[in-house]
Amino acid sequence: MKVGMSVANRKKVGWYLIFTVPLLLIFTLIVLVPFVIGIYYAFFQWDGIGANPMVFNGLDNFVRLMDDTRFLRSAWLTVLFTVLSVITVNAAGLAFALLVTSKLKLANLARTMLFMPYLIGGLILGYIWQFVFLDVFTLLGDATGLDSIFFNWLNNEDFALFALVFVFTWQMAGYVMIVYIAGIQGIPGEVIEAARIDGASGWQRFLRITVPLLMPAFTISLFLTLSYGFKIYDVNLSLTGGGPANATELFAMNIYNEIFGYGNYGYGQAKAIVFFVIIAAITLTQVYITKKREVEM
Amino acid sequence: MKAIGNWSKEILLVLMALVFLSPIYIIFVNSFKNRLELYENTLAFPEEFGLQYYSAAMERMDFFNAFINSMYVTVVSVIFIVVLSSMTAWMLARSGNWVSTVIFMTLIATMLIPFQTIMMPLMQLVTGITRTTGIPLYNTLSGLIFMNIGFHAALSVFLYHGFIKSIPISLEEAATIDGASKFGVFWRVVFPILTPITATVMILNVILIWNDFLLPSLTLIDKELRTIPLSVFYFFGEFTIEWNLAMAGLTLTIIPVVIFYVLAQKYIIKGIGEGAVK
Repeated sequence: MKVGMSVANRKKVGWYLIFTVPLLLIFTLIVLVPFVIGIYYAFFQWDGIGANPMVFNGLDNFVRLMDDTRFLRSAWLTVLFTVLSVITVNAAGLAFALLVTSKLKLANLARTMLFMPYLIGGLILGYIWQFVFLDVFTLLGDATGLDSIFFNWLNNEDFALFALVFVFTWQMAGYVMIVYIAGIQGIPGEVIEAARIDGASGWQRFLRITVPLLMPAFTISLFLTLSYGFKIYDVNLSLTGGGPANATELFAMNIYNEIFGYGNYGYGQAKAIVFFVIIAAITLTQVYITKKREVEM
Repeated sequence: MKAIGNWSKEILLVLMALVFLSPIYIIFVNSFKNRLELYENTLAFPEEFGLQYYSAAMERMDFFNAFINSMYVTVVSVIFIVVLSSMTAWMLARSGNWVSTVIFMTLIATMLIPFQTIMMPLMQLVTGITRTTGIPLYNTLSGLIFMNIGFHAALSVFLYHGFIKSIPISLEEAATIDGASKFGVFWRVVFPILTPITATVMILNVILIWNDFLLPSLTLIDKELRTIPLSVFYFFGEFTIEWNLAMAGLTLTIIPVVIFYVLAQKYIIKGIGEGAVK
């Protein structure tokens, strides 16, 4: 009689289960199940209180998003924040990488120092900079007379978002610097040397050789900052708390406030699903472009 | 002439890095100043290095307790993540059947999900489980560790999987022929080879878990369970900010990070590079 698997096969499956099931069970319970329940919640109106009924309202939550001015403003601010941050983080990160890969003796020390902010959590960074804007910026304004530049940005509806960009850049520049360093070190020294012998100036060597060969590093860094920027929360919370007057309430914070602040669980969850779709689109575009480039290289 | 030019470049580079880190300097020097001194000149060195603001900040933040909680959660989470995700990744990578491919793809796909998308349903689920079954997932450190394992599984399996694919299978086969069990093969032969990627996985997870704020803030309710980011958050929320105390508190929270950085600098920079590029 040949029922089921042979002993050897059964043993193999047994080991497979022992090795994989513990992690996959936890993962399913913590990530997959909530994700699916979350999609379900997005079609209901509910205040989060167990005793109160959940009312099915179809696509109403998603329709409501379209003319929720606070949400639309928040989405726009997030896009603005992300675009500005992607530019500043990458410009600073690339500049740092070029500096610390020069042949200077203290380059390693500088690299270590420039990377430091990334390790300190976003929440704590935000508090540190709160003080810098509050006190040091005002002090600098008084001392230099440039009080149209140096004042407390956090109290100003237009400047608070720039403050957020500023601090995010401070946090992330050292991080993308690491990616660019890897890219720069991958450029063969002979290529640069050959160009130098052919009489290419420093600037020409940078534009014609370094930049094209850094394309993979660019792609990685651009999309890393893009998705990190879009998801920013901790720095947002501790630096501005969304203020003044909601001028810096970015996407992630808007979702949090909608659900846990205003108690709109169903509506807030619909926002969270839209958030996921946007992040997924950004990330998949990244993967697509990276793969395409890898083939070309 | 050239030597002088180089020296000025060296100094300029370090000066730039110092200006870059000046916010940390500012926090540090002002953590020793009294109110008057603080507002007189923020950038100046303190007149004396008294520790009174540190002891006050420590007390208000319940710093030691928060430090122990953060340590406990980070260390235990990372150990579980390393053990479970390396085992899983090895099976998935070596048993080339379609089930493994589906599981692996699912794990990778979930890396797209931002935390905000699942935080509410997760909290509903976790409080529901705790209420109905009594399993202490909600408002406990073990529950937070459990959730950390779930959230960091995908990235860790992904990193291990990539590494395992790049090492030859012959050693494992030799050990199997010698009669070692799967368990023996993995722990005695495979796991030691994984050391470089284990270092990367550990570093990445330590940074993410140590600094995590949102998940702990949702699941830990009791005051005595607070991790460092939580205690900083409540410290800034409870009082109208007394900046000299706040600076001492912030300096305290940075110290463990600096020590970690100094000790493991080489691995951290390498780990971050690998984690980012993959």
